[in-house]
Amino acid sequence: MKTAISYPTVGAMGKTGTWRVFRPSLDREKCIKCWRCWIFCPDSAISRDEYPVIDYEYCKGCGVCANECPVNAIEMGREEK
Amino acid sequence: MVSFRGEIVAIKDLPLDEYVLKGHAACPGCPITIALRIALKALGKKTILVIPACCTAVIEALYPKTAFNVPILNIAFEASAAGASGVASALKMLQQKDITPVVWAGDGGSYDIGLQALSGALERGTNFIYVCYNNQMYSNTGIQRSGATPYGAWTTTTWTGKKERQKELAEIVMAHHIPYIATATIAYPEDLFNKMKKAKEIKGSRYIEILAPCPPGWRFDMSKTVEMSKLAVETGAWVLYEVVNGKMEFNGYSKRILEGKERKPVEEWLKMQGRFRHLKEEELAKIKEMLDEKWKEYKKLYSSETSPDK
Ligand SMILES: Cc1ncc(C[n+]2csc(CCOP(=O)(O)OP(=O)(O)O)c2C)c(N)n1
Ligand code: SF4
Ligand code: SF4
Ligand code: SF4
Repeated sequence: MKTAISYPTVGAMGKTGTWRVFRPSLDREKCIKCWRCWIFCPDSAISRDEYPVIDYEYCKGCGVCANECPVNAIEMGREEK
Repeated sequence: MVSFRGEIVAIKDLPLDEYVLKGHAACPGCPITIALRIALKALGKKTILVIPACCTAVIEALYPKTAFNVPILNIAFEASAAGASGVASALKMLQQKDITPVVWAGDGGSYDIGLQALSGALERGTNFIYVCYNNQMYSNTGIQRSGATPYGAWTTTTWTGKKERQKELAEIVMAHHIPYIATATIAYPEDLFNKMKKAKEIKGSRYIEILAPCPPGWRFDMSKTVEMSKLAVETGAWVLYEVVNGKMEFNGYSKRILEGKERKPVEEWLKMQGRFRHLKEEELAKIKEMLDEKWKEYKKLYSSETSPDK
């Protein structure tokens, strides 16, 4: 009998950014680099560089980052189709 | 900032390592992946997850791919603690002391169908960590009631509101005299991280329960997952504590409540959730009464643990 083994893959369910209806955008001027958006993103779609970087290929547009930002540096806008 | 006990006290100091990969199957705004990201940052790559049937088993994605970058044993709904016991024994035989077997199960798999296996594993002192992420229902199969669903809450099997009170699994676990028990929730990532880290350093059975507010199940907007978690603690609907070798200590905002800070009215938490929309006045009164009673119990425990003659 063969055991079924799965291997770790980025995008295992495809490019989940296509699920997005609302798009977060970051205003760097406002950002105080508290990294709340980074730690709370359910999709690991925010990484830490000099400023937060949002990966739109995978961001599902939940808005948790915008809701948790203490200085409203992230705004949600309707995704253009 | 890192405190003198090696505890992390600021979000920016949490490790960058990412074990929950982008492109998984969770709903937008899912609490489970927030919790798992933080937990695995603390546990590290030398972790074997044991995951029963639950949302997490779906989030993982489909064969031949997985979205989690640690080994996983997927197992039947009722069997996670038994499966983890097997993993723990194998690791012992192979003398792999630095690998931690960690069950990651929902409240349905823990409070209900997996309780017998869990109790057995705890009684045997199995060397593992059991994590119950508690979203207060069976969400994977479309929102049915569980033993953790609170009184009054709508689910598809309690469509006029649940008539029974939820049980307290952490308190059942306490009766097993294991070395480490903790409650946590996603709104306090440093607290969750530190508790995971602490659990990892301890030998024997360790139990951690994480409140995980689920947007589709609780009926709230997907951007409010963390806010809902924080409000649960501030209103006392959820409590943060640790029990180390039988000694109980309340943490964070919950401790402040016991020191005299006012609990926010629980309505603030309830009214944000569609699952409580139908509540009648007498049901709300009952919820408040049960909560007051629970906090009287906590107060008693708190006073006995902090009294000077102890
Ligand atoms: C023995 C058995 N009964 C029923 C099921 C169907 N089932 C799969 S997941 C699930 C609910 C899981 O609920 P919970 O443990 O709370 O995790 P969540 O879905 O909330 O993440 C059920 C009933 C099953 N897989 N096995
Ligand atoms: S909208 Fe949601 S998925 Fe997208 S970056 Fe923000 S938190 Fe992550
Ligand atoms: S939460 Fe807001 S302020 Fe904090 S790092 Fe993210 S964008 Fe910047
Ligand atoms: S139903 Fe809830 S817990 Fe399950 S994947 Fe969706 S948001 Fe997460």
